[in-house]
Amino acid sequence: MSQHTLAVLVENSSGVLARVASLFSRRAYNIDSLAVGPTEDPNISRMTIVINVEGHALEQVMSQLYKLINVIAISEMQTNSAVHRELLLVKVSQDHREKVMEIVERYAAKIVDEAESSITIEASGESAHIAGLLEALTPMGIKELVQSGLIALERGDAALSDRTLSAQGISTTHSLIPQADYQN
Amino acid sequence: MSKEMTGASALVKSLELAGVEVMFGIPGGAVLPAYDPIFDSKIRHILVRHEQGAGHAATGYAQVTGKPGVCIVTSGPGATNLVTPLADAAMDSVPLVVITGQVPSAAIGTDAFQEADIRSITMPVTKHNYLVTDPDDIPRAIAEAFYIANTGRPGPVLVDIAKDALQKMTHFNYPKNIEFAGYKPQIKPNDQSIRDAAALIAQSSKPVFYVGGGVIKANASKELLKLAELVGAPVVTTLMARGAFPDSHNLHLGMPGMHGTVAAVTALQKSDLLITLGARFDDRVTGKLSSFAVNAKVIHADIDPAEIGKNRFADVPVVGDLAHTIAALIPALQEEFKKSRPDLTAWLRQMFSLRTTYPLGYNQPEDGSVSPQYVIERIGAIGGPNSIYVAGVGQHQMWASQFVKYENPRTWLNSGGLGTMGYAVPAAMGAKVGAPDTTVWAIDGDGCFQMTNQELVTCALNNIPIKVAIINNESLGMVRQWQTMFYEGRYSNTSLDSKRIPDFVKLADAMGCVGLRCERTEDVDSVINEAMSINDQPVVVDFRVFRDAMVWPMVAAGTSNDEIMIARGLAPDWDSQEL
Ligand SMILES: Cc1ncc(C[n+]2csc(CCOP(=O)(O)OP(=O)(O)O)c2C)c(N)n1
Repeated sequence: MSQHTLAVLVENSSGVLARVASLFSRRAYNIDSLAVGPTEDPNISRMTIVINVEGHALEQVMSQLYKLINVIAISEMQTNSAVHRELLLVKVSQDHREKVMEIVERYAAKIVDEAESSITIEASGESAHIAGLLEALTPMGIKELVQSGLIALERGDAALSDRTLSAQGISTTHSLIPQADYQN
Repeated sequence: MSKEMTGASALVKSLELAGVEVMFGIPGGAVLPAYDPIFDSKIRHILVRHEQGAGHAATGYAQVTGKPGVCIVTSGPGATNLVTPLADAAMDSVPLVVITGQVPSAAIGTDAFQEADIRSITMPVTKHNYLVTDPDDIPRAIAEAFYIANTGRPGPVLVDIAKDALQKMTHFNYPKNIEFAGYKPQIKPNDQSIRDAAALIAQSSKPVFYVGGGVIKANASKELLKLAELVGAPVVTTLMARGAFPDSHNLHLGMPGMHGTVAAVTALQKSDLLITLGARFDDRVTGKLSSFAVNAKVIHADIDPAEIGKNRFADVPVVGDLAHTIAALIPALQEEFKKSRPDLTAWLRQMFSLRTTYPLGYNQPEDGSVSPQYVIERIGAIGGPNSIYVAGVGQHQMWASQFVKYENPRTWLNSGGLGTMGYAVPAAMGAKVGAPDTTVWAIDGDGCFQMTNQELVTCALNNIPIKVAIINNESLGMVRQWQTMFYEGRYSNTSLDSKRIPDFVKLADAMGCVGLRCERTEDVDSVINEAMSINDQPVVVDFRVFRDAMVWPMVAAGTSNDEIMIARGLAPDWDSQEL
């Protein structure tokens, strides 16, 4: 099994998340994380899906995803050619304040809230970085934590939206030949 | 200025513009507004007796005509009754457009009376689906639904429309064009893949055409015939492809798979090249996948890229419409054959010898009762290759694929992927509506028949004179066969007692059909001929047959195709074959 990160552009229509989730569940694909959000185009959302599959099956996952009518483009985000980020918010106890501060600095994290007995820390970075931070914080007493799914963007000038059919100037217009008269 | 009308009128108008001639349905609260303009429409609406019947009828219609089948039903139970036919159509790539009424948009999500979230329920069993809550969106949703259903790999599309969207006024605007951001089926195959495929064929000394239902969907039978004769390789046709290539053709080895012929199964097993056309390496064909055709390279041509490499690695994938793919392969091969041409004589001789040594056959029952295979064989012989045959699911289905001889595409309909008992009667009804001048025989089991026979009422009332042969072995025969083979003959819950109850002749009569019965081998022909002579009413024949006939050959589920049995405990005599 190996991990792959897929960036998927989808039409921003209702039910599209359910379709993707339903597909993964039906085909028994394992999702490690899924993040969805808006893009530069209000009609298009972008999903970043991290899945665990065996080599050959990745193509299968991508073709099955592409069969969903609302899926516009799919690309695998490679470790070297894309920036990968996760966001972490974690609440730790004040008990070891000094040590916590030192860890925060070492991991270039940020304090975003302080209360009587707890500190809330924000960090972003690659998955390994976040995992390292969490490991360091665990002995300090983690009260609660939340992590976003991974998101990724290709390095360089390339954009996934360049690869959509309409961006390539490939016509996606299908003319309908009606059997009877129009509009009356 | 476009005309103002209700959403319901816009729906019916859109269906007319999409070219719909007939639809199958049952009204109810949520969809009722649509039934008012249907009353005035030129579209023929056939009022069925159960929504499942509407779904399979639409499938039968689509399989015979190649046009999308259409149904319209109400929300909640009306819609959920369509789940089985939708799953069935999704598995067998049948183009359907299904309209379901939905509770008013303000009530969605409140567990309102007859509310079911049919869009979510049907996501895994449709090619696509819609929930429409604004009347302005109706024409576009309908236009898109038809386009999606019948392009690329065909499939069912559901359009769920809220009641208020049907009632509100809209300016009717049928789209001239539709646009999809991501949906663009590849029709023309890539030139390089065609050249690669041709090169592989020209190097192969044991090629086989592994032909699936996609050839029928693509209307590519004529091209296939040319290609097969050009290559001169043996052809096997899967359960979904019976009729795609003439059974009478010398290159045809029959059906592969769990109940395939020894020759067809062995041809795939021993081949060095599977020329796969619109087939999907289903487990019922491959048997144990790891031991399937281990020495074969694979050319896999399909319109659906997701089929390629799903179950079996493809050395040469060819994505495109099969009519285009096959047409492109012919000149590419003619070029290749100028350079080199393998000698297939030895290979053909081996396969033809298997076909002669192990033909499909059956024994006459020792107790003097009627052989079910004989009945089906005679129906095929008397009905001839221009009739349409529609099967249920079970032993009779396998016999109907084995013992009826098919010469033409779209003359054999069955539920191959989902294996839906109850398919035959409603699908035959839809087939007859699509081909009113053709004889349509449903070959059904006594078990299957009892699931959906109420559509015979629909047939009787709407002048849809189908013929139904009930192969009455008074049991769930296929399951009983498995119990005989794998459960030491412990027949748990497979006896139907249907030679006692119901009386199928009386039942037929009560439903406005002619009911006939046949209990003796010597009467089989005359009863079939009698059924053939009745064309103004549906006919039901209760063929009372031997209870313990079995379907052979058989590759037991999960075992290798190499372990094919031609009778209980009996393998082909491989030593005497030069393979
Ligand atoms: C809806 C449904 N339920 C159960 C089954 C499982 N099943 C497969 S074949 C079969 C027996 C069919 O009996 P019958 O219609 O009498 O046909 P026969 O096998 O006797 O020819 C059953 C129960 C099925 N395929 N479909």
